[in-house]
Amino acid sequence: MNGIWLDFERPIVELERKIEELKGLQGVEEEIQRLKTQAEKLKKRIYSNLNRWQHVQLARHPRRPYPLDLLPLMTQDFVELHGDRRFGDDPAVVAGIATIDGHRIAIVAQQKGRDTKEKIRRNFGMPHPEGFRKALRIMKMAAKFSLPVVTMIDTPGAYPGADAEERGQSEAIATNLFECATLPVPILVIILGEGASGGAIAIGLGDRVLMCENSFYSVISPEGCASILWRDSSKNKEAAEALKITAQDLKTLGIIDDIIPEPVGGAHMDFKLTAQNVKKAIIQTLDELSSEPQEELLTRRVEKFRKMGAVNE
Amino acid sequence: MWFKKKVKARPEEKLKLPTDLWVKCDTCGEILYRKELEKNLWICPKCEFHFRINCRTYIKLLLDDAQFDEQDAHLEPADPLLFPDYKKKIKSDQEKTNMKEAVVYGYAKIGGIPVVFTAMDFRFRGGSMGSVVGEKVARSIRAACEKRIPLIILSTSGGARMQEGILSLMQMAKTSAELALLAKESIPYVSILTNPTTAGVMASYASLGDIIIAEPGAELGFTGRRVIEQTIGEKLPPDFQRSKFMLEHGMVDLVVSRKDLKNTISKILKIIYHGSPATE
Repeated sequence: MNGIWLDFERPIVELERKIEELKGLQGVEEEIQRLKTQAEKLKKRIYSNLNRWQHVQLARHPRRPYPLDLLPLMTQDFVELHGDRRFGDDPAVVAGIATIDGHRIAIVAQQKGRDTKEKIRRNFGMPHPEGFRKALRIMKMAAKFSLPVVTMIDTPGAYPGADAEERGQSEAIATNLFECATLPVPILVIILGEGASGGAIAIGLGDRVLMCENSFYSVISPEGCASILWRDSSKNKEAAEALKITAQDLKTLGIIDDIIPEPVGGAHMDFKLTAQNVKKAIIQTLDELSSEPQEELLTRRVEKFRKMGAVNE
Repeated sequence: MWFKKKVKARPEEKLKLPTDLWVKCDTCGEILYRKELEKNLWICPKCEFHFRINCRTYIKLLLDDAQFDEQDAHLEPADPLLFPDYKKKIKSDQEKTNMKEAVVYGYAKIGGIPVVFTAMDFRFRGGSMGSVVGEKVARSIRAACEKRIPLIILSTSGGARMQEGILSLMQMAKTSAELALLAKESIPYVSILTNPTTAGVMASYASLGDIIIAEPGAELGFTGRRVIEQTIGEKLPPDFQRSKFMLEHGMVDLVVSRKDLKNTISKILKIIYHGSPATE
């Protein structure tokens, strides 16, 4: 139980640590029971009243499972495929093929790193243009072999660096949106953790969009919004509230189709259960989508995004 | 502080120019006679700097006889997130610009060819794209598709509009999806990039033209210069993300002076558009 915990997680972690310590001792069953009830109550109180910034913190939790943690728990035959065939292989994007319960699928996902070395190698999950182009290459191959596409979003944004600009960050994102609009196979989008801005939407156009319970999805990071609007990046909490970025917010706004439940306390509390929930959502959604005739699927996909927006006629 | 800071009068303060008569070039500092500048299409005669002009000026500049049959001019932004101060800002921009939102679209002719012309306006919320901008751009694409006539979108934008949150981000998907349908019909789309076109707009429809034309010296890209400099911890050269840079990096087809813009568009349309408009 060592390592990094969020402020609001600490009381629970401490209680649970106490319970663990007592477990080895004799004649403390009653005390353990009492502490367990207390912990449950505390959890319920904390997790049923999370504010939007706390959701952001959970979505960015250093222990949160990433696609490469979840995939082995969902499939036995994931084959990772590399490179955009144009410039390079972007480790911030993981792509490949697999079967999940009989569904042959292509996977396109954003991957942060766990330790410092991997974080740097994967550029903290911020793709360069070649990452988006790798994603598109795999999606086009998926169309060729009639594989539905599952995308998993977890990114602080597209990489805001000079080299990314030189190689056409804008063009890469725009082209993905353009191509995904008419890609002739089902596309399921899952926001796993952080869904920030253009880097997220670049693999976010699909027939169904699902969000994990504690993920967030936003036009800009709360810090970015605060620093632009109020010239004060420490107003991130206010920005998170104003931007309305939780799974529940987006469901209410009609942007996403459904919410994938997470274990109590967040996905990082139980990777297996998280993987199970994600897997269940994938199978259920692909069952639905694969029965739709292709033409209807594509018409509905464009219709879905056509309807998004608030306009006073 | 132990010393008193000397306040130097800045030259423009010393000169006290009547701004309705004289304008200073942002790039070379030349003092220009407003009437002359206007006649020169707001291009600095000394350094070719293209001053930012509004969408109404572009209508006069690019469309045959300045005729523009505007559509859906009444569409107004809502405040779907009840974002702090949003309504107030919209109202003040509406009063300032006499526009309901940051984009206009409608039917027109360029060099005798019927087109759908869509133009953004930087004065309104920095040309940012919220629901109404996305919706009007999407409708303009559909109009081109239905009438089977070329589409011209002139962009200028700081990106997606924060105050409409996720709804703004979705406009990137919406507009790009409509362009995918337009492309299937082989109807040409010419994207014109003016200063500046960045972020959400650059990463959607502005980058998806069959032909992309940039005005000289325009700032074009995904991430703004300041954020890039913070990210990489170094200063960027002045030409970074400017039109010429984008041309050299293969991101735009042409960099064309405002004076030649209309001619260039009509020349291109005459070659690539060989369809005939749909009859009523």
